[in-house]
Amino acid sequence: MKRVSSVQGKAIPIDRVNVDTDQIIPAKHLKRIERTGYGPFAFEAWRSDPNFVINNPAYTGAKIMITRQNFGSGSSREHAVWALEGLGIEALIGTSFADIFRNNSFQGGLLTIELPEKDIDYLMARAEELPDSEVIVDLPSQTVRTADGQWERHFEIDASRKHRLQHGLDDISMTLEDEVGITEFEKQRTPLKPSTLTVTESA
Amino acid sequence: MTQPKTIIEKIWTEHVVDRTGQDSHSELQQLIYIDLHLVHEVTSPQAFEGLRLASRKVRRPDLTLATVDHNVPTIGRDQPNPDPLSTQQIEVMRQNALDFEVPLFDIFDIRQGVVHIIGPEQGYTQPGMTIVCGDSHTSTHGAFGALAFGIGTSEVEHVLATQTLRQERPATMSVEVTGELGPGVTAKDIILAIINKIGVHGGIGHVIEYRGEVIRNLSMEGRMTICNMSIEGGARAGLVAPDQTTFDYLRDRPHAPQGKDWDHAIEYWSSLATDEGATFDREVVIDGSEIQPYVTWGTNPAQSTTVDGRVPDPETVPTEQRESIERALSYMNLNANVPIREIMIDRVFIGSCTNGRIEDLRAAAQVANGRQVAENVGAMVVPGSGLVKQQAEAEGLDVIFKNAGFEWRDAGCSMCLAMNPDILLPGERCASTSNRNFEGRQGPGSRTHLVSPAMAAAAAIAGHFVDVREVIS
Repeated sequence: MKRVSSVQGKAIPIDRVNVDTDQIIPAKHLKRIERTGYGPFAFEAWRSDPNFVINNPAYTGAKIMITRQNFGSGSSREHAVWALEGLGIEALIGTSFADIFRNNSFQGGLLTIELPEKDIDYLMARAEELPDSEVIVDLPSQTVRTADGQWERHFEIDASRKHRLQHGLDDISMTLEDEVGITEFEKQRTPLKPSTLTVTESA
Repeated sequence: MTQPKTIIEKIWTEHVVDRTGQDSHSELQQLIYIDLHLVHEVTSPQAFEGLRLASRKVRRPDLTLATVDHNVPTIGRDQPNPDPLSTQQIEVMRQNALDFEVPLFDIFDIRQGVVHIIGPEQGYTQPGMTIVCGDSHTSTHGAFGALAFGIGTSEVEHVLATQTLRQERPATMSVEVTGELGPGVTAKDIILAIINKIGVHGGIGHVIEYRGEVIRNLSMEGRMTICNMSIEGGARAGLVAPDQTTFDYLRDRPHAPQGKDWDHAIEYWSSLATDEGATFDREVVIDGSEIQPYVTWGTNPAQSTTVDGRVPDPETVPTEQRESIERALSYMNLNANVPIREIMIDRVFIGSCTNGRIEDLRAAAQVANGRQVAENVGAMVVPGSGLVKQQAEAEGLDVIFKNAGFEWRDAGCSMCLAMNPDILLPGERCASTSNRNFEGRQGPGSRTHLVSPAMAAAAAIAGHFVDVREVIS
């Protein structure tokens, strides 16, 4: 996993609630077997509207996306995270995120920062009015602030997640360090649980 | 005396690998063991590739099962697949199953089907298990009293490599459906009513236990329909405590415990129910006797009303909802205040992990029997698995459907997400038994109305939505 410390950049406002992962990356683009190359298809249907914010050149190069309630709802497709990364987004700041999307974002080192609605209202309006104004997400101090230093908020993040992000730790390697614990657990699992390898009578 | 626990807490605690921290709330993330990992062609290629790059193996192929369902064609399977990307993905699934020794229900296996249909069908899905899959509708398996949830591809790789997953301990939510269901009202209507009440974000961070008389009286298939759509209410998972209905369904399934093991299993499964006095972080109660057949009018599963209702008027709703309703009506090309029954449809899709099981097909066939699909409506039935298809044909349901003018297809996810050739044309309007009415879900520009199988069949025949209770009475 890549190391994540702080993100500074322009913020692009997506002022819609319940943005589902079908909008972020439509199913027809899930047939590829790579992890990269999804950026051009991000928000494909909405981008066909020339007025959609992503088409606004004022936001070119934005690294932060301001979002609303339940962003990333629906399908578990991690391709949604890969698509946002393909757009150059490194941090999302929103009211709430769908659970699976939030987990997937973490896996890719894409920050999902939750703030109260009134703070999102402020950041959304600011991003809409001042596309060039930059926002800073600082992971070590757990703060979001405007680059001019006029506005600052604290955010919460699980300590172990923060640690893993800051050190770019690979989740799988970390888990495999507890090989003994997993093996011990397996020994005391009830033998009643099904195996997919046992011979089955063809139904 | 030990503190009363919910079924959710019992299953969670039993699967925490680090036992020292099992009751600790201080550490949000815990490593939990996974009893069954279901794999399909779309969300797994990058995970297997990750294993290869790190020279890792699948830790427990015996707890892993793969199938192909998302982009397989439902017609002309003996012909070459016209889509080269889908073909590649299916080939890669085959190769990965072979290389990593994971059992695969391939396209010509009678047991092939939608991943959430085949697990229960084979008896792999059992009470008290943790089940994951790179698919958000994994919550379906919760119907058996299992903790089952969808994960992303990186987490798929993590489970393949370690058979564990690092997750936050979920909050608990009780959704109790009381009273007695009216005739013609189905599990699909119940879950649409629940989502209408809690909203598409209502369950975030929670696992739902569905409780109450109405849930207890449902068949396993009905419970699967309800748990399936937990994710549409934002929940991480949904489940129903196992009872005699669960045991009767599981008995003699190919992978259910046999003989003495069966008795031990029943004993264990019976211990899982939520203890009396246990508390949930959130509780919702719904009067089941008031639930009517539901139809969605918007672009998320909470945007729904009963069949005798009308499309909402954005002018009369609270301001914070106005914009999203206006947007939905514009996308759906619907005018405010139009009665649901006057909405004309172009297509009908009966199938999916929500409603592609035998009882669903029976309910639709009961309506279709002796009737004809309306002119200008294209209707298709896609069984959830090869075995569902076989059973339906043994009962003559295929003949009923074909005589009525429905297409009868092979098993797969099909038009639920339109990754295969089963796709709506831009602007087409579909009565669908699937789970998502998102913009573009059934193809770019497609318009989806979610309904029960009986309601879908009735709409196919009328050419517009009708109250199925008037058709079958």
